[in-house]
Amino acid sequence: MSAAPHRLLVVDDSNVIRRRIERATELPGIEFVGSARNGVEALELHAQLRPTLVTMDLTMPEMDGAECVAQLVARDPGILILVISALADKLTAIEALERGASGFLCKPFTDHQLNEALRKLIGPAGGDTP
Amino acid sequence: MSLEAEVGVFVAGVLNYFGTSVQQVAQCGTPHLALSERPEIGDYTGVIQVSGKRSGLVAFTAPKSMLSVMLMRMQETDMSHENLCDLVGEIANTLSGNARRDFGHQFQISVPAVLTGRGGQIEYPRNSRPIVVPIAWRNYNARLIVCLN
Repeated sequence: MSAAPHRLLVVDDSNVIRRRIERATELPGIEFVGSARNGVEALELHAQLRPTLVTMDLTMPEMDGAECVAQLVARDPGILILVISALADKLTAIEALERGASGFLCKPFTDHQLNEALRKLIGPAGGDTP
Repeated sequence: MSLEAEVGVFVAGVLNYFGTSVQQVAQCGTPHLALSERPEIGDYTGVIQVSGKRSGLVAFTAPKSMLSVMLMRMQETDMSHENLCDLVGEIANTLSGNARRDFGHQFQISVPAVLTGRGGQIEYPRNSRPIVVPIAWRNYNARLIVCLN
């Protein structure tokens, strides 16, 4: 019996980036379930969609990604969050990880880099949800 | 960091952006001080306000045709005005955010503001002279405008 796929929520204030991540994610074991434009929307959709995997921008209006990461992890300690941000300094990455993110990918990125970063998060088995 | 080195950070960011995002290299011309107080802008301009250790702005400006082709290279099928605005803002955001690798955590950046139309006006800091980085990609020309105190 195959494991349940990871349920992916994409959070970014850029429509172009949200659609790009949705198109580029082609790993077995990942099912795209929705996208949000900011942290507030992400928290609302988390309650409805119960994602197990999230890609999260940091610089967003309403609620930024760092705050949203902390709130998602407080609600669901097993959730996997890949922060995808243009903020390329080390301190930003460290802060995101300290708030509970599982990985960090710097913008700009190729489709291959995105899939590799997601593969690292979900592990070789792919569909084993936490 | 010298002025040349600072501008070099943004030039490296532009080259990395095009090589990675649309996987076709761009070329940057010689950066120069703007000939006028308000450099000419293209159809779409993304502007990032910078605060913290430095203050000022970073803007990326490009013609509609160039942004449309960039969207195509990203496999995007929606070439709407909204998506063109979104892309130009995202480029400005990425180039500014990447600069934190060299400028540090205190290089604080805003969410992007987008100007449309060549008649738009960027509000530059007082008594400043913007630096213009010409960008050539395919047969299109864009500009990065950096104005930091």
